[in-house]
Amino acid sequence: MFADYSMGELGAIFAMQGFAGLILFSVFVLMALGLAIIFGQMGVINMAHGEFMILGAYVTYLTSNLFSEYMPALFSMYFFLAMILAFIVAGALGMFVEWALIRHLYKRPLDTLLATWGLSLIMQQIYRSVFGAREVGVTIPEWMMGSLPLTDTIEIPINGIFVMVLATGISIAVYIMMFRSSWGKQVRAVTQNRVMAGAVGINTERTDRLTFGIGCGVAGVAGSAFTMIGSTGPTAGQLYIVDTFLVVVFGGAASLLGTIASAFSISQAQSIMEFFLSGSMAKVLTLLTVVGILMLRPQGLFALKLRK
Amino acid sequence: MFLNKNRFFSNTDLIGFALLALLIFVMLPVGLDVFRLNLFGKYLTYAFVAIGLVLCWGAGGILSLGQGVFFGLGGYCMAMFLKLEASSPEATKIQSTPGIPDFMDWNQIAEIPFWWQPFHSLTFSLVAVIIIPVIFAFIIGVAMFRRRVGGVYFAIITQAIAAILTILIIGQQGYTGGVNGITDLRTLKGWDIRTDDAKVILYFVNGGLLFACLFIAQIIRKSKLGRILIAMRDQEDRVRFSGYDVANFKIFVFCAGAAFAAVGGAMFTLQVGFMSPSFVGIVPSIEMVIFCAVGGRLSIIGAVYGALLVNLAKTTFSELFPELWLLGLGGLFIAVVLAFPNGLAGIYKDYVEPRIALIFKRKMHIDEDVSKYDPLEAAAD
Amino acid sequence: MSDTPKKPNKQMEASRRSVLMGGTALAASLFVPKFLRAADYPTAAVNTTGLAVTDDEVTIGILHSITGTMSISETGSVQAEKLAIEQINAQGGILGRKIKYIQEDGASDWPTFAEKAKKLLVNDKVASVMGCWTSASRKAVLPVFEQYNGFLYYPTFYEGLEQSPNVIYTGQEATQQIIAGLNWVAETKGAKSFYLLGSDYIWPRTSNKIARKHIEKLGLKVVGEEYYPLGHTQFNSVINKIRLKKPDVIYAIVVGGSNVAFYKQLKAAGIDMTKEKPLLLTISVTEDEIRGIGGENIVGAYACMKYFQSLDNPNNIAFVEEFKKMWGDEIVIGDVTQAAYLGPWLWKAAVEKAGSFDIDKVRAASPGIELTTAPEGYVKVHENHHLWSKTRVGHAKLDGQYEVVFETAELVEPDPFPKGYQ
Repeated sequence: MFADYSMGELGAIFAMQGFAGLILFSVFVLMALGLAIIFGQMGVINMAHGEFMILGAYVTYLTSNLFSEYMPALFSMYFFLAMILAFIVAGALGMFVEWALIRHLYKRPLDTLLATWGLSLIMQQIYRSVFGAREVGVTIPEWMMGSLPLTDTIEIPINGIFVMVLATGISIAVYIMMFRSSWGKQVRAVTQNRVMAGAVGINTERTDRLTFGIGCGVAGVAGSAFTMIGSTGPTAGQLYIVDTFLVVVFGGAASLLGTIASAFSISQAQSIMEFFLSGSMAKVLTLLTVVGILMLRPQGLFALKLRK
Repeated sequence: MFLNKNRFFSNTDLIGFALLALLIFVMLPVGLDVFRLNLFGKYLTYAFVAIGLVLCWGAGGILSLGQGVFFGLGGYCMAMFLKLEASSPEATKIQSTPGIPDFMDWNQIAEIPFWWQPFHSLTFSLVAVIIIPVIFAFIIGVAMFRRRVGGVYFAIITQAIAAILTILIIGQQGYTGGVNGITDLRTLKGWDIRTDDAKVILYFVNGGLLFACLFIAQIIRKSKLGRILIAMRDQEDRVRFSGYDVANFKIFVFCAGAAFAAVGGAMFTLQVGFMSPSFVGIVPSIEMVIFCAVGGRLSIIGAVYGALLVNLAKTTFSELFPELWLLGLGGLFIAVVLAFPNGLAGIYKDYVEPRIALIFKRKMHIDEDVSKYDPLEAAAD
Repeated sequence: MSDTPKKPNKQMEASRRSVLMGGTALAASLFVPKFLRAADYPTAAVNTTGLAVTDDEVTIGILHSITGTMSISETGSVQAEKLAIEQINAQGGILGRKIKYIQEDGASDWPTFAEKAKKLLVNDKVASVMGCWTSASRKAVLPVFEQYNGFLYYPTFYEGLEQSPNVIYTGQEATQQIIAGLNWVAETKGAKSFYLLGSDYIWPRTSNKIARKHIEKLGLKVVGEEYYPLGHTQFNSVINKIRLKKPDVIYAIVVGGSNVAFYKQLKAAGIDMTKEKPLLLTISVTEDEIRGIGGENIVGAYACMKYFQSLDNPNNIAFVEEFKKMWGDEIVIGDVTQAAYLGPWLWKAAVEKAGSFDIDKVRAASPGIELTTAPEGYVKVHENHHLWSKTRVGHAKLDGQYEVVFETAELVEPDPFPKGYQ
């Protein structure tokens, strides 16, 4: 298939294809980070993760409407405020859900799956009643939708760069929170031994609530960023759920580094295969490979040694 | 009964079975017209899956979110046979290649692929309905349980398998009928399955098979195997240290669940008249878990009622209040998980049975001693 | 979005009045008496098969998804059908009988469609059904309609390869929609090479198959063909492939949520569709879909179908006004919505021609039925139960509307089993 092209063109294509892989990588990281925090640290399977992302997207939609109505001059900047709001709203709802629902189920992890699936149905229906069944069009500031021409043939989409920067930023923030702050220490302590953590005076309930809230908040930010590349509708969240869980599980549940490594390998594999195969087959092969590797190495790429 | 009564069927079990039989074989057929009866037949096909889930999840602690895969495989095996029969050269003479299923013709496939060929035979198809899903379950089971994948990981991997199979079926539409599925199924060995008489007969066949599965499940549960499963669910390592090969038991029960689901799928195809990938994917698979959870994950009879009730509610409420329905369904999941972890069966055990027991105190006296220490209930968390 | 009218009382009166005004013109061209009195058509005579027809009412079914993923697309169809029914009732109904409808929810689930179809036919004995959207739902209900001899009006443009005596297809089948558009882009835009892209299911695949055959017949080249699973949201790889192949035309049949992702990423990747290098031609994006995509992300693309909201003819102007009056000013009307609107009218014309509600008589009367009042212009029912209709090409504008840049001079004959394209 490459015979007809000059070396220059090929180089450009490979550069852009590599970049496409990096964008996909960032998208996966954004999707999976929130879940990795919740699932990895708390062992809770949050099937409503996609709906929390869509909540962020709807918050962005509302903010954009607000700005275009009242502050059209500042419209080009609304996105940053929208992301902060998305974090706060999704995080607050997450903490409420933890208080109302999740905390009763810590001893029954499989049941959190059912309960959060129920939650996801309720959230979908609420979106449908409030925003309508149809997808809403989120207007993105013009400067974020263009592309940067690097050379004649290589063009870099700005929203791709934006997603990459965001993914890096949030990863760093989460890393600092988890490994450099006292809150992070508490979270890790609770993960490793809940009873002992409680005994040394850590408020485990508060830690759980905060962890769940932050996980959901990160999902909200991801959803907000995804308005640039995807659709915003009541059922759009379900599109992400399988990919997200696979990324987290493949990485090794309790390891944030593993999540990032697995997002990288899955996204590169998929991106490369998509280039050489048809889209559907690429997807099937990627999923099959991941499942195959998981069968050989069920603990994922990076696993903490935990006593079972 | 030929079976050792005390061992496999306590009196309460027998009453439960008898009541269910009364409902399925007498009350529903007498009380409903053919259309509604056929609907209930469809609901009951989900009960097969739910029974399998009681074994895997309730007893064995293995939550599979991919039961739709086995339901679908069973259904597709049946549908392939029926489709071949419906694609006689006379019935398909409008096509460019008569005598092959219509969707193959639309996709320029000029002859029936080799792996469709055996499905000309009814015997092969009926065997395949069970064997193919079981082999598939066996492969998954061996790969996972031998490596001690369990709990949440198993759930998510089975979910991914459901997603893969759906994409594959939709993508290979020339061979599978794609997103439309295999539709317009007409006759089984010349017997028109679309007539009202056929629907009634199929309903009873379905009910009979359901009871066969219930009996098998009951025997598995009450046998030594069932007790080991429960021991495993609660303390896997101790069972392993006692010298049992834990993986083998898990594989067995997972395969049994797959076989039940496959029978349900085949009966679904026969009664509804088509099979499509929308029964294979993640959403139907999770819904099937819900049927089981609502009925009570520890009770096989509860699972049947759960499947009936949730589906009945779905049909009724989605007609009356389409908006409220999803909210109600979501709320139901949460309520069941939070307040009634053992579902309908749990409510029955906690509230209804003590009253019945009061009335029949004398009669039930002997059995109570047996059932009181039933590890199934004792283990409920 | 709800499917109950906004402010029902006021609106209905207003629309009734204006329908009556418009109705004079409409009815005159229909060549049927304006008010047929029920007394002239005794129930025993017009209904010999036990349908739900009384002396002053006739019951039909509406069968679409109100819940689930497909509700997004099907809402418009329900709205259009209700509008048509109300207008017909305001004109005096059919054979002097008001239309009453029973609405059922298919819930985006194909067995539910089959189940509800059966309920409508067996329990409710409806005289006809307006419904279905996806091919899968139609395939699921088809055996039911054939077994119980029901009559379905199906609104969506679809892949063809079907011709049921129990269905009238009011949307275009694939060749009608595709061939005119390809001819146009080859002649007017001088396109030489095409990249075919679609969501992975039967309609895009069949449509692209027909497109490929036709492109090759024209002596032009297909440089790529690609399918992505429904709901896929990452299109950067295929966009790179498109850059590599440099086609003149991207022929896109992406549907649902993928649509939004595809157009947003296409724009972000620097492919400016207004420059038409490459040009983008789609058959799957109606005005309805643009609401989710955002006009700024698709401006400059071309779409090929039979109806656009911006069509400039008196029928359509009246239709758009009525539609907005009933369902709110915000609403947009796409191709399928218009096709759904035709259903009740075509049925009315067929019943009146047959002088009976009996399915067999309505079926016999259907071929040759003409509708001069259709918003899309003049349509006629073909022997094969599809519609003769014009095919048009629209150019997407920033405000989410299409500007019609081309229409076929003649009605295009429906050809559900095209020879040489299979």
